[in-house]
Amino acid sequence: MMQGWLRSDGRKGIRNTVIVAYLVECAHFVASEIVAGFRDRDVQLIGFPGCFPNEYAARMMERLCTHPNVGAVLFVSLGCESFDKVRVSAAVDASGRPVKTLVIQKSGGTRATVRSGQEWVEEALATVADVPRVPMAVGDLVIGTVCGGSDGTSGISGNPAAGRAFDLLVGEGAACIFEETGELIGCEEIMAERAVTPELGQLLRESVQKAERYYDTLGYGSFAAGNAAGGLSTIEEKSLGAYVKSGDSLISGLIKPGDIPPHGGLYLMDVVPDGEVRFGFPNISDNAEIVEMIASGAHLTLFVTGRGSVVGSAISPVIKICANPDTYRALAEDMDINAGDIIEGRRTIDQVGHEIRDLVLAVAGGRETASESLGHREFILTYKSFDPIGPACLPRMA
Amino acid sequence: MSGPFLLLHSDDNVLVARTNTPEGTEVTLDNGVVRLCQSIPMAHKIARAAIAAGDTIRKYGMPIGIATTDIAPGAHVHVHNIRSAYTPSVVLQDADGRTG
Repeated sequence: MMQGWLRSDGRKGIRNTVIVAYLVECAHFVASEIVAGFRDRDVQLIGFPGCFPNEYAARMMERLCTHPNVGAVLFVSLGCESFDKVRVSAAVDASGRPVKTLVIQKSGGTRATVRSGQEWVEEALATVADVPRVPMAVGDLVIGTVCGGSDGTSGISGNPAAGRAFDLLVGEGAACIFEETGELIGCEEIMAERAVTPELGQLLRESVQKAERYYDTLGYGSFAAGNAAGGLSTIEEKSLGAYVKSGDSLISGLIKPGDIPPHGGLYLMDVVPDGEVRFGFPNISDNAEIVEMIASGAHLTLFVTGRGSVVGSAISPVIKICANPDTYRALAEDMDINAGDIIEGRRTIDQVGHEIRDLVLAVAGGRETASESLGHREFILTYKSFDPIGPACLPRMA
Repeated sequence: MSGPFLLLHSDDNVLVARTNTPEGTEVTLDNGVVRLCQSIPMAHKIARAAIAAGDTIRKYGMPIGIATTDIAPGAHVHVHNIRSAYTPSVVLQDADGRTG
């Protein structure tokens, strides 16, 4: 039986991390120096670089700092940035977690702030060690999936195997989220047919059409040069390969970053901003996608790669599924699952899907992923803007 | 799965390489045997039959692009001879997979 750390909102965490969050790039170094004093303990760095206010970033930071894997939060502010540190701190405080804000301009500068921060983190580690652990079921889990560094193998081995794992986990009651509507261009009709209501199907279709318009304005699709080197020729070819990681379950809802799935089932996350094109590309790199999954409550994220990514993430573990057998051999220490076996005919999609499902439960039970044990804790949060979702996005709640 | 190339769906007009396949390899297609006129890297595609300029390319049984030239059976199908029906693909010099 899995054990989770029980939080005041009833959610359960699979990790019990102390977060140090800088609220502007100017506080980044001081925050990272605080974290550097805890190399082998569960203290992690996140932050937001901008000095201009942004509602999306504020909401994301609140969600991240009240994520069930988080036990306590130290905010590090320079002092003059626009981030609303009172609001974010109040949200963490209301969740029952230890929280503290250090303002560098009022704390005596770099060394004094680092010293105060490390003293607070030391106390917080002792406090979070007393958070009660309770039995946790598969139905308590939220699991995200992304793909990055895709090549022509991703859509044949890694993504179908992740889709199979999603089918198994949805069947056991978990909430599973797939995303990147910009990488579903060309799949909108087949995807809409899987929605639990026709109204939701229409919203799924419109979310992809929005992504197409957005990328068209920017002049680039969600298609990197390495995708082509790996055998993918067009965005729609990449999309079809990416789409299969959603599996075969019915689609229960459409959410946006920071919306937490209200019950088990399969959800599409609409990651492309609403309104006019501004602030640049929707997700500038894979970790931006992973961070959005975590803000929507993902306890862990499945990451399918063909060309070979090495990243992990702050807050929630990343399980890396390598689609390409040659890449697996080249980067074995960075991978958790060798789906390249499917290409080489040694195992079936179903077998690898079961291996992924079993590993999800093991990692939820405390086993470290490859990126966790190597120390990867990547994080990125940038500017975006979204309109709230409407009731037709979550039909069972309406 | 057997042989160096995979047919992912019966409606497809491309096959996908399961492994890096050398130039000169004989491949059995529906209408006879062809000899590869270049090496095909893993996960890249070849034409299953003759494809005419303007034809839809199908993989997974779904459209993945449009042929920009006539493509001979067994020829490499990639960014040099097909295009997206949506947004253009960005490629660098290693797009043929030889140095990527």
